Amino acid sequence: MEQFIGFMFLRICIVLVLLALAIILFDIFKKGSATINWEFLSAMPRKGMTEGGIFPAIIGTFFVTIITALLSIPLGMGCAIYLNEYAKKGKLTRLIRMSIRNLSGVPSIVYGLFGVVLFVQMFQLDTSILSAGLTLGLMTLPWTITASEEALKNVPQSYRDGSLALGATKWQSIRTNVLPHAIPGMLTGAILGLSRAAGETAPILFTGAAFYLPFLPKSFSDQFMALPYHLYIMSTQHHAIEKVRPIAYGTALVLIVLIFCMNLVAIITRYKLRKVRME
Amino acid sequence: MQMVIKKSWFNNSIKEKLIHGFFFCNGIISVVVLLGIFALLVFTSIPAFSEVNLKDFLFGTTWNPTSYVKEQYGIIPMLVSTFMVTIGALAIAIPLGIGTAAYLSDVASPRVREIAKPTVEILAGIPSVVIGFLGIVLVGPFLSKVFGIHNGLNALNGSILLAVMALPTIVSISEDALSNVPKSYGQASLALGATKWQTVIKVKIPSALSGIIAACMLGMGRAIGETMTVLMATGCAPAMPERFLGPVRTLTSSIAIELGEVAYNTTHYYALFALGLVLFIITFFVNMTSDIILHKFEKVNR
Amino acid sequence: MKNLLGVLMLSLGLLWSTNAQAQEMLQIKGSDTLINLVQRLAEVYMEENPGAYIAVTGGGSGTGVAALINKKCDIANASRLMKPKEMAQASDQGVNVNRVVIAMDGLSVITHPDNPIKKLTVDAIGKIFRGEITNWSDVGGNNTPITMYGRQSNSGTFVFFRDAVLKGDYSQKMNRMNGNAQIVEAVKRDISGVGYVGVGYVKDATGLTVLSVAAKVNGEYASPLNSADVKSGKYPITRPLNQYINGSPTGPLKEFLEFELSSSGQTVVEEEGFFPIPAEYEEFNTKAGL
Repeated sequence: MEQFIGFMFLRICIVLVLLALAIILFDIFKKGSATINWEFLSAMPRKGMTEGGIFPAIIGTFFVTIITALLSIPLGMGCAIYLNEYAKKGKLTRLIRMSIRNLSGVPSIVYGLFGVVLFVQMFQLDTSILSAGLTLGLMTLPWTITASEEALKNVPQSYRDGSLALGATKWQSIRTNVLPHAIPGMLTGAILGLSRAAGETAPILFTGAAFYLPFLPKSFSDQFMALPYHLYIMSTQHHAIEKVRPIAYGTALVLIVLIFCMNLVAIITRYKLRKVRME
Repeated sequence: MQMVIKKSWFNNSIKEKLIHGFFFCNGIISVVVLLGIFALLVFTSIPAFSEVNLKDFLFGTTWNPTSYVKEQYGIIPMLVSTFMVTIGALAIAIPLGIGTAAYLSDVASPRVREIAKPTVEILAGIPSVVIGFLGIVLVGPFLSKVFGIHNGLNALNGSILLAVMALPTIVSISEDALSNVPKSYGQASLALGATKWQTVIKVKIPSALSGIIAACMLGMGRAIGETMTVLMATGCAPAMPERFLGPVRTLTSSIAIELGEVAYNTTHYYALFALGLVLFIITFFVNMTSDIILHKFEKVNR
Repeated sequence: MKNLLGVLMLSLGLLWSTNAQAQEMLQIKGSDTLINLVQRLAEVYMEENPGAYIAVTGGGSGTGVAALINKKCDIANASRLMKPKEMAQASDQGVNVNRVVIAMDGLSVITHPDNPIKKLTVDAIGKIFRGEITNWSDVGGNNTPITMYGRQSNSGTFVFFRDAVLKGDYSQKMNRMNGNAQIVEAVKRDISGVGYVGVGYVKDATGLTVLSVAAKVNGEYASPLNSADVKSGKYPITRPLNQYINGSPTGPLKEFLEFELSSSGQTVVEEEGFFPIPAEYEEFNTKAGL
């Protein structure tokens, strides 16, 4: 009897958690899909953003994510290679690992403050795609490192030993015998990290996201509109919040679908690259 | 491989050293970034204290940097708000999270588990701004109807949303901890005649406790540092919070609200960085504690 | 993998090369209060002048002024006046700040329709929001406690209403709402409520009382719904909306500013729920060379 009630409680727990997810997805998909059409995806906002589409926000998010990727993927992979292949056990390695774990716990708004001082003011990049992308890149770094290291750990030690025994140097053995097997996992992790960065708002609030731009960004030193920031404006700052609610729902749906698609791409990348290896 | 042998050992050794150095630079980048964030926050905060008394900052009960009469920079209302929202979130997320983790590790059939765990983790992929949006359009109106209040944007709303965001962390790490409890523990308990439920409650959860606590601390760190959801859903009144059904304004949302309007390089601007520093220090200690607990638990289980 | 990198590099190159050929464009940055209006002005202006490029971005008055000081934008939108410290920073950078007033914003004080109070003096409104009067009976109404609805401290509306009406700090008990629309909704539902919102939000609203306000105790009451009273200055709670520029405007900058102040520009101003510039502020614009 006690067991029955106990297990019932556990079942209720998981049902509640899954219900929360279901409500979120159902509400966004149901109300968002009413807004989505080709014009919404491909047109500029019009009439004080009460009409038209969200195309510049999609493009802005895309460009920022490119900068984020260019910073965090190479650095993250390099750091993971150091930690897994070169680093010896010691105080320094412990310090590095501790830093990575703490970086992943630093609040996103603090990254935003850091970006304002470092990129916007000290490096004089102004509020731009570059500033925002670099800020997000730093934020993504710990996730990329962790995922990349996981991928390197999955490569059997015998692969390294075999090549070293044949007289290869350390770098040669890493390049030819370790990286090819680790890269699918690394890329998967990196894309997952990027998908989280693409949905972040707090770090880009003051480093480059724009309320409204009448045209697309022309260079990485321009400001940009971004999907998450657009959703924030449409639901709190706009002068006719009730009227633009459908646009807000549409934006939320596009954002969620974009993030799910990136996750899907990550999974497919892993699958495809693995298959290529096999042949 | 032949090429390798042909190349002189000497050349290779210099090249190898350079490559090693290159990866070393990559390796310490995280240390540099962490120290850099801390240093920049400290240096940008310091000028604030030429005009604001540190004691008034830490213990002042009014935050009113744009006052008509006298600017005040007391962070207590924001600290109280942050902890109210966080504690509310944990009160919801911890029982739910541990319950879900226990279900996944000990009750669910392997097939159910294989589907349910990644499904719960989808929650972690939903951007905070979307959750905040739902706080405005779903949770807010729901709360105002249930409690008969005019405005559903309050501390409770923020707690509910933060609980949803902390859940995947708590579930995922607690479930790992529960699955890592050696099988023999459970078998021994069952062999002694304990029921499955007694085994879960009296044996498995206590053995995995440090992992579960670490999971909850990580969830707590996430809740303290979350910006967009609380900014959108808690009403954001700067006064000292009085109840869960009233508006609160956390450290994070204060920074987000005020940084845009503030005149650069003024006391108010520096004070906002001081808020960031306080936030950084709090989350640092929460995460460190969780880290230490998690490591102890890994060692014990080895 | 290499293909992916190639595509990235190519798109990078394309972006930079288009940047080099980019046309001269006006950068307008600043207050989120003005952004809807200025964005609309820019839209209309660009429709009439196909060669023109105007970028309007928000981020807040502080962001805009900082950008002007660092010569990163042509116009800084500000719903408040520049602070002395900002003025000093500007002259240090060799920026000669000029102020242009493009429109007037009127604030209305609203109550529930069942509340018998239909008019108040500025002084009484100030006392209510400072928390010195807490019951409607003190201003001749029913014996019910007053609930206040106002804005967040980051909004220009918050600062303006405080400086023009309260001349002191808001009561800590005031409910701080995220936007004008929320205040309207709350007051509609709350018989003891009082709130302040931009006139644009209550022009066609039903289920609300828009109070008539007098500047002095025995003064004349005027309603913000009467456009003539706002323009003549009889309605007391109005503020100018500013744009700051560096030096005397020339070229495309001058043309755009002139459009804003022209009759077609001022028509857009009224469509967006603001009021045309009264005579007393025109001198600023003349001084700025317009």
